[in-house]
Amino acid sequence: MSVKLNTRQVGDVTVVDVSGRITLGEGSSALRDILRELSAKGNKKILLNLGDVTYIDSSGIGELVSGFTTVANQGGTLKLLNLTKRVKDLLQITKLYTVFDVHEEEAHAVRSFA
Amino acid sequence: MALDTGVKEVLDNHYPSTLESVDLAESEILKAAEQSGFDEDDQHRIGMAVRECMVNAVVHGNRYNRNKKVHVRVSVDGPAQGARLTIRITDQGEGFEMHQVPDPLHDTNLLRHSGRGLFLMGAFMDDMKVRKAEEGGTEVTLVKSIGARE
Repeated sequence: MSVKLNTRQVGDVTVVDVSGRITLGEGSSALRDILRELSAKGNKKILLNLGDVTYIDSSGIGELVSGFTTVANQGGTLKLLNLTKRVKDLLQITKLYTVFDVHEEEAHAVRSFA
Repeated sequence: MALDTGVKEVLDNHYPSTLESVDLAESEILKAAEQSGFDEDDQHRIGMAVRECMVNAVVHGNRYNRNKKVHVRVSVDGPAQGARLTIRITDQGEGFEMHQVPDPLHDTNLLRHSGRGLFLMGAFMDDMKVRKAEEGGTEVTLVKSIGARE
């Protein structure tokens, strides 16, 4: 599988550790499915840890955006953690860096949901 | 690599309209970029642009039609210290009008699920041209030079 997803709880925040490639096909579908599933189950505080994401294409960006919207429509918040330089650059040139709440340290990110 | 400054064709393939072709074309073009002397950052940018272009050709152009192919041609020219990579990717689709593609950076489009591929191709390469192919479909030309402006 091109992407691996691991979900864990830190208090009332659901952290999804993402590793690998989020590209059109398996990768982007897996991300879409987990965000929809978490949102449908009522998880309102979701933190995507992208520290081990080696590659993301426009489809992957699309799933981040869709996930953000889906969670927000359910009254929740999706935040991002540990962006690599390449992912950060991609979000900046697509003007999405300021749309998301981006963090570099997990404990701080978890506290920010309060 | 050729010692003279003439154009050298390094790839000329027809790929089936599948997502596997996207990975394969990206891999083969990245080899060409590495052999031409592009650094890791530029290789990444070239790979991203190629991937976006191939996805457009397979998904939007050829619509995964197994009877349609994506034609990829790659050439290298220029002196050893300033190689220029030219990539031409042609699909067999219906074509599209650039002016009808929404601007993904416009405030009203920022949260759209899709529509960033063309923009990213232009952002990652030094030059990008889109035209109707002579044989039908769309031809995209992507150019990147070593040592060109960021």
